[in-house]
Amino acid sequence: MPEIVVISGKGGTGKTSITAALAHLADHPIICDLDVDAPDLHLLLQPSPWRQEEFRSGFEAAIDPLACLGCGECQTRCRYGAVNPRGEIYAVDPFRCEGCKVCVHFCPAQAIAFNERHCGRWQISDTRLGVMVHAQLFPGQENSGRLVALLRQQAKELAKARDQALIICDGAPGIGCPVISSLSGVDLAVVVSEPTPSGLHDLERVAQLCEHFRVPVAVIINKHDLSPDRSREIEDLCRLRRMPLVAQLPFDEAVVKAMLAGQAVTEYGQGPINQGLTQAWQAIQALTRDRRAA
Amino acid sequence: MIIAVASGKGGTGKTTVSASLAQVWGAPVVAVDLDVEEPNLHLFLRPEITSTSRAWLEVPRVVEGACTACGACSELCQFKAISLLGDVLLTFPEMCHGCGGCLAVCPSGALTPDQRELGEILWGRAEGVGFLSGRLRVGEAMSPPLMRQVRQALAGLLAGGGRDAIIDAPPGVSCPAVNAVMDADVILLVTEPTPFGLHDLGLAREAFSPLGKPLAVVINRAGLGDDRVREFCRREGLPILAEIPFARQAAEAYARGQVLACASDDYRGLFAKLAQDLRHLAARGPASERMAAHA
Repeated sequence: MPEIVVISGKGGTGKTSITAALAHLADHPIICDLDVDAPDLHLLLQPSPWRQEEFRSGFEAAIDPLACLGCGECQTRCRYGAVNPRGEIYAVDPFRCEGCKVCVHFCPAQAIAFNERHCGRWQISDTRLGVMVHAQLFPGQENSGRLVALLRQQAKELAKARDQALIICDGAPGIGCPVISSLSGVDLAVVVSEPTPSGLHDLERVAQLCEHFRVPVAVIINKHDLSPDRSREIEDLCRLRRMPLVAQLPFDEAVVKAMLAGQAVTEYGQGPINQGLTQAWQAIQALTRDRRAA
Repeated sequence: MIIAVASGKGGTGKTTVSASLAQVWGAPVVAVDLDVEEPNLHLFLRPEITSTSRAWLEVPRVVEGACTACGACSELCQFKAISLLGDVLLTFPEMCHGCGGCLAVCPSGALTPDQRELGEILWGRAEGVGFLSGRLRVGEAMSPPLMRQVRQALAGLLAGGGRDAIIDAPPGVSCPAVNAVMDADVILLVTEPTPFGLHDLGLAREAFSPLGKPLAVVINRAGLGDDRVREFCRREGLPILAEIPFARQAAEAYARGQVLACASDDYRGLFAKLAQDLRHLAARGPASERMAAHA
């Protein structure tokens, strides 16, 4: 089954609004929110969860103040600056602890516990646009590629069990761990850009990333009318890198109105953006079909 | 004094606010880009880069013939970066977090330090503003190790005193975002008055308030959406220091790569006042100390 992930490099280009619209146009795909750090897709889809699970990943060190000898071996060994003196003894700063266990191993008094981290929660929900797999990391936790991989696995199992041919994922901003984890083996990365210096710069980096991992790319320019010159620069980049440009969407206030109404913009009404989104969806289907056929 | 400009949601205007603050700061200041995955501050400040350096992470390399297959290293490694397959020791450098545990624990000298490239660190100047930025190598998964090195470089720049810093943080509220705001005296949250902006502002407040630093809010694209961000700030006691009106003029200045504070006198005034308010907030000290003083 084709798996499509919507990413952008730069945040706030319109990934989530576009993902919701594509999910609406796709007719009940499996929907997956892979932005586990600051997920927003649920605000448009109002999911009703029927399965909820805790997500635990990695560990953190905690020094027992009664057992600590105050020798400072842990502080010397820690490369993350996570161990600090507290009076005569030492304490671990959980914000800085990487969970490497080095202090635990070398503590001569065996005074350091190594506790599993409860990092977040994931869910499977029904929504009016399709079944949705989503999660929320607890604030401040490591933005785990593992959680992204887990959600994608759940989505695949659901797709198989329900004989559903398509998975649409809303990705995270950036080019780091969660994005890399959301890209491996997908059929198409839809990159949403915007005609600004940041949009262009970040598109280029995310395109390099996709090339590095051999993931095919399609590009959508959002709010293209904001700067026709910058839009042309993005078009040039697409040509140069042989990335199909599947749509140029206009700035449309219906996007915010739909967000306020808790709907996909294509559900909300007949804004100027809808035509572009329909066109994008047709082109994306054709690209994934061609790839399957090849 | 260090001001970190952060947000839960991406694309709310962190870089716009950071670049503008740097331009109107009125005292020696370094603008720091800690969004190492997608650094954008240089696109607006257009600094002259005066020096660059590659950033590396120490990772282990196996010394041929020295391993006794005792397994101490693979047992300690929490990141699956080193593993014993039969009696062959394999390393997976891209998984390594650079904790140094395997090197320290090996009893037979079978591991030696090697390096993985994280990206680069750039120093520069832009019209009297110092500039410092990290830039993650495309394909590198971990941003916090590079961010730590940029923060060390910043500590070096600020060591002599007499200079402030404005940090442009990455979006989100997970580990990299917390990493970026950790050294700040004030965390400035940039949001927009939409349901996404509100939801992610809530996450940001939850993530950053345990740090015990003063939090303040800038509402960008004010007039778009609804009033719930203002209500949230009122309820949570988060001061709104500035509202940047939703205007095509601002969007077009951004598209041109212009620093918003330089687009008109009104904008310059808005950011100058924001800078002044941030100084006052920083001077009041950490929220935790204030609470202790009240108690």
